[in-house]
Amino acid sequence: MFAAAKNAGALRAASRAMKAGPRTTTARFASSSAGSSSGSFESFLNSRLTLASASLAAVGTVAWYTHLYGTLPFVGEAHASAASDEGMHPIAYPWSHNGVLDTFDHASIRRGYQVYREVCAACHSLNRIAWRNLVGVSHTADEARAMAEEVEYTDGPNDQGEMFERPGKLADYMPPPYPNDEAARAGNGGALPPDLSLIVKARHGASDYIFSLLTGYIDPPAGVEIREGMNYNPFFPGGALSMGRVLFDGLVEYEDGTPATTSQMAKDVTTFLHWASEPEHDERKKYGIKAVIILSTLFCISIYVKRFKWIPIKTRKLVYEPPVNKGH
Amino acid sequence: MSLSNVFYNTIFKRNSTFVPAVFAGAFAWSIGFEIAVTKFHDSWNKGKQWKDIRDKYATVEE
Ligand code: HEC
Repeated sequence: MFAAAKNAGALRAASRAMKAGPRTTTARFASSSAGSSSGSFESFLNSRLTLASASLAAVGTVAWYTHLYGTLPFVGEAHASAASDEGMHPIAYPWSHNGVLDTFDHASIRRGYQVYREVCAACHSLNRIAWRNLVGVSHTADEARAMAEEVEYTDGPNDQGEMFERPGKLADYMPPPYPNDEAARAGNGGALPPDLSLIVKARHGASDYIFSLLTGYIDPPAGVEIREGMNYNPFFPGGALSMGRVLFDGLVEYEDGTPATTSQMAKDVTTFLHWASEPEHDERKKYGIKAVIILSTLFCISIYVKRFKWIPIKTRKLVYEPPVNKGH
Repeated sequence: MSLSNVFYNTIFKRNSTFVPAVFAGAFAWSIGFEIAVTKFHDSWNKGKQWKDIRDKYATVEE
């Protein structure tokens, strides 16, 4: 508010100087009619209404910000909290799909699906992924159809008005481990295992966080007490979570012969979950290449055309030939 | 007649040849561009995409 008032003051001073200006130069620019039009603009700038509305806008913005974020803008705050409450920052891992041109490693997605199915699916649903989504990504259509058929789905009603069981088909979504959230909580000491479809997008640190979480279980440090049934993980905000360590060396047996170490499984399941969160990933990066090539070409052409058009104007020379004195 | 004259007379001179030339050019160019980008993309990501590993899992139809 003070800033606004000060600005208005400065403007008024500047415009006073401007008012003095034209008077001394009227002789030189006798033909121009400047001054009268800038006069109305000037009086608009100087008006009380302008001052009042600028002040109101400034105060209003600060009030809105304060209401929205709970603190004044640009004013520092002191927090009394331990860094462990926020969870440790995940380690940045060199994912094979990190680069702007890099696709997922689909062999890893396939192994990751196996880990999800054999380990995580006991507690976590994956309800945005259908069997058909795996086709052409990690499995063939025949494989996906066979996996779907192993699951019984409730469908109906039939023409008797009754629901019936049928084997799954490609269009069905991944079956949830629990019929509802309450059952899921009851089976996990009151904590709800979140759906994993979008988990990579839903957590700060994304893939790095998921990998760090899965491999980061340790004994609680001295002095830290955690409740019965909770597990300590420095990457989880707060440190204690209901999910225990689930990945141990040799837990699954990969069909492609990759040794199933804890970190290998964590990497594969994280890659799989990243794919589940961002199925458009590979295609998006390919479009990125195209977009950059086309847009940068168009940019260069536009620069060329601009110079082409402006060069005659920018390089022209205006020559003033003073009138020749013909008299006497 | 120089090459540029040939171009001018057969393509640019009349709208009836120029407009189809633009459409045909855009069509051919977009296919070529797609092929070139795909080729680069596939060689950059060699061995990682599904089409690179699919042969391990697809069974031949009997
Ligand atoms: C025994 C059941 C169980 C299994 C098996 C399991 N989880 Fe969990 N998971 C949970 C529960 C319960 C929570 C909720 C923890 C909490 O909020 O305290 C959870 C939470 C999570 C979270 C969210 C953590 C956060 O930041 O909120 C992720 C990610 C996760 N699990 C991934 C996995 C993956 C990947 C696997 C397979 C390798 C897996 N889980 C296997 C029970 C399980």
